[in-house]
Amino acid sequence: MRVAFPFSAIVGQEEMKRAILLTAVDPTIGGVLILGHRGTAKSTAVRALPALLPQMSVVTGCRYGCDPTANGRKCSDCRARELSGEKLRSEKSVVPVVDLPLGATEDRVVGALDLERALTRGEKAYEPGLLARAHRGYLYVDEINLLEDHLVDLLLDVAATGENVVEREGISVRHPARFVLVGSGNPEEGDLRPQLLDRFGLSVEVTTTTDLDERVEVIKRRDAFDRDPDGFSSRWTDADADSRRRIERARKKLDTLKVPDTLLRESARLCAAVGTDGVRGELALLRGARALAAYDGARQVTLEHLRTIAPSALRHRLRRNVLDDVGSTARIARAVSEVLGAPAA
Amino acid sequence: MTLLADAAQALDASTRARLAAACIAVDPALLGGAVVRAPRSDIAEHWLRALRGLLPEGTAARRVPLAITDDRLLGGLDLAMTLAAGRPMAERGLLAAADGGLLIVPCAERAREALVARLSQTMDTGVVPSRLSGITEPSAARFALIALDESVAADGDDHAADERVAEALSDRVAFLLELPAESSLGTESAFDAEQIAAARALMPSVRADDAVIASAVSVAAAFGIVSLRAPSFAIRAARALAALDGRTRVGDEDLATAAVLVLGPRATQVPMAAPAEPEASADASPPPPERDDAEPDDVDDTRDEHDPMTQRELDEMLVRAVLAALPAGLVLDAASSPTRGRAAGGRAGGDRAGGVRGRQVGTRRGDPRAGGRLDLIETLRAAAPWQRLRREAARTADALPRAEVKVQVRPDDFRLRRLMEPAGTTAIFVVDASGSAALHRMAEAKGAVELLLADSYARRDEVALIAFRGAGAEVLLPPTRAIAAAKRALAALPGGGGTPLASAIDRARELALQARRTGNDTVVVFLTDAKANIARDGTPGRPQAEADALASAQALRAARGTALLIDTSPRPSEVAQRMATAMGARYVALPRTDAAGIHAAVVAAIPKLPKGAA
Repeated sequence: MRVAFPFSAIVGQEEMKRAILLTAVDPTIGGVLILGHRGTAKSTAVRALPALLPQMSVVTGCRYGCDPTANGRKCSDCRARELSGEKLRSEKSVVPVVDLPLGATEDRVVGALDLERALTRGEKAYEPGLLARAHRGYLYVDEINLLEDHLVDLLLDVAATGENVVEREGISVRHPARFVLVGSGNPEEGDLRPQLLDRFGLSVEVTTTTDLDERVEVIKRRDAFDRDPDGFSSRWTDADADSRRRIERARKKLDTLKVPDTLLRESARLCAAVGTDGVRGELALLRGARALAAYDGARQVTLEHLRTIAPSALRHRLRRNVLDDVGSTARIARAVSEVLGAPAA
Repeated sequence: MTLLADAAQALDASTRARLAAACIAVDPALLGGAVVRAPRSDIAEHWLRALRGLLPEGTAARRVPLAITDDRLLGGLDLAMTLAAGRPMAERGLLAAADGGLLIVPCAERAREALVARLSQTMDTGVVPSRLSGITEPSAARFALIALDESVAADGDDHAADERVAEALSDRVAFLLELPAESSLGTESAFDAEQIAAARALMPSVRADDAVIASAVSVAAAFGIVSLRAPSFAIRAARALAALDGRTRVGDEDLATAAVLVLGPRATQVPMAAPAEPEASADASPPPPERDDAEPDDVDDTRDEHDPMTQRELDEMLVRAVLAALPAGLVLDAASSPTRGRAAGGRAGGDRAGGVRGRQVGTRRGDPRAGGRLDLIETLRAAAPWQRLRREAARTADALPRAEVKVQVRPDDFRLRRLMEPAGTTAIFVVDASGSAALHRMAEAKGAVELLLADSYARRDEVALIAFRGAGAEVLLPPTRAIAAAKRALAALPGGGGTPLASAIDRARELALQARRTGNDTVVVFLTDAKANIARDGTPGRPQAEADALASAQALRAARGTALLIDTSPRPSEVAQRMATAMGARYVALPRTDAAGIHAAVVAAIPKLPKGAA
């Protein structure tokens, strides 16, 4: 199998990389929406994740990759094994990054009858689908703005409950399916449905850098990778390992990190100022700021963290105003400086 | 090789095609492949044969039919064989079969999104997207994609701009080729299989200096190419060209040729000597928002720091080479560049999936009683694996009649066709031919409508024409795609008489509602001075006529849809503005300009048509 281009070797695109790393620190932030033109390292970043992220421990033999420490949230198989008195063992596994391609069939996404066993042995068995494979990992939808409606409905459903329910004569399966949804697309080619938009915790806009040196660096690294993928990757293992350690440290820190009340108030004011609906915006803002503080190794969450994360957390929640030509990024920036004041020098 | 040494000169189209084929043959997967457009399909086939002749004996070359199923594309369980053998029989998909060679997609401009998505995923990862069934180790699938764009062959020069190979694919291949009509292709290839074999061996050790890489990047930027895949492909092509020439270091001439091949067809702007006119680039293409006018300056500044003269000379030489290879007039017409246009699989305009008409794009589970159309084959396919289980269940449950039934189908098996109907647009032109309007530059108005008709034709819209004069309004042309008929009807339009605006608006509303029922979006364009003087019942009298017209306008507004009112009076008139407001139309005052000016105003004023309610 071909090695993927290392995450750390991606030039620029800091906001995108940060958003993805923060979801690794705290998956409850929600998904990441990446909007931008082609050739901006969107796919490269996502495909680099398995090599970057810390391995997770899974229950040995569990086909959904259950977390051994998650007590109430294991799949029915694992619960049955526990009830029967079996001591579940665990092993390390790579974090799954699963592609959901446009035009995928429902059967393939939610899982279906295991054809092989049905045809050859006449047995009724469930074969997990893409959602099961993405459990505890990432589900990547390229060109998500073009995703068929019936698949969007499915995703919304599962994303809301964290569980995939399959009911078909005799096959009655529900299994946990908690994943970070990463969607990418070019907004010029179609809009996302508001319900789906709202599910994303963070959104980033990526653009090709116009800085010539940066562009040259991108192509140089790509060329070096083309000629010698293994050698190139090995030069970045240290950097990747560094990110990995930071993620691990941040995860441990996350629970103890307090968010001061003043910050809660500020984020509520910010959301009110830009007019986001519901509380999802505030939640994303707080979780994002906390994950960022944890990743930075800060003692507590500060206004700076809030300020940094605000564009990503709120950009896609603005109500569209046809008369306002100003891009959503600019509107957020304006609101941030109005509500939170100018950044500390 | 003199061919390479003369690279800075313009390479003719057939030379470019030959060089591209040679590069692909050196490293198919690294170069990604090509989007090939040819005036006739036999020319593309000819090129393809030449390419295959360069590849080593036994290299795979697989064709992907557009209607391919996932089973055939990705591989999986072979249903027929499995049933016959009674044990699982795997089937290798086309993607895996094409590993190391070519994957050919005919009619690629019409590939569905699903196919495009799978192809681009495979090209990114180099492995077959794994299916559910039992395949644990994903099989390698590294190939060159040859996407045959046959939109030219089908429509002559007049092809619809929206029928392009999906950008997701064209961005992932090195070459966008336009094959010349009279073909001398391949008959005397510049390379033979032996040279290719030598180059293949040499390719991994060919290096490109930093200066060469920097040049590729800055030239790509100068030509307004946003995607960073393009300069990357230029470097790869340059490496292949160096390998073909038996060198392990990329020379300037390699890069020049590669730039012509890879960057030329992607250019969206001509490099500017001075960054004086940022609009030029903004018009030519939608560049990223942060792209600013200072870019050509950056090019010079940064290069100066490194290596003053030679670097700049190289850049300039490259720019000249690419420029020389560009057909005149192509660059500014960004729409005709194969990289532009609609991205994901297929046509512009909001296609409506889930309708009850149109072509099939897949199936979904559902209940046919709810109005969908049953896909019998897929339903049987869904039922097939269950047969053995169900027969046994039926026997044990003593449900006698059911056990006798040969094929046991349950509601869960029902598969409905998912249909996609193109959401078209009907443009309804309502032309005031009354005496008052005829005085005011009727000719320009007609000219503008003709230009708009041409636009509509390019977008495959339907057009309808209503004229009003004297006592009433007349539908000169019911909604049609026959633009020539519309032009004739318009040219023959006589002028003079009263202004029965109310009847005209009513007729327009009827037509709009009719078109809406067939699933189309509508745009109503009025060309009038709005000086109504004939009431709805045909009697003259300004006050009643105006009141009637306003009432009709409000009814039109209630019917929704896009409307546009072009005021043909010499000065913007207050009554026309009031009328436009009443009908919820955009108001465009006819400026002192000609037909082209009106046309531009209308195009600017018509908003992007709303997407079909999917």
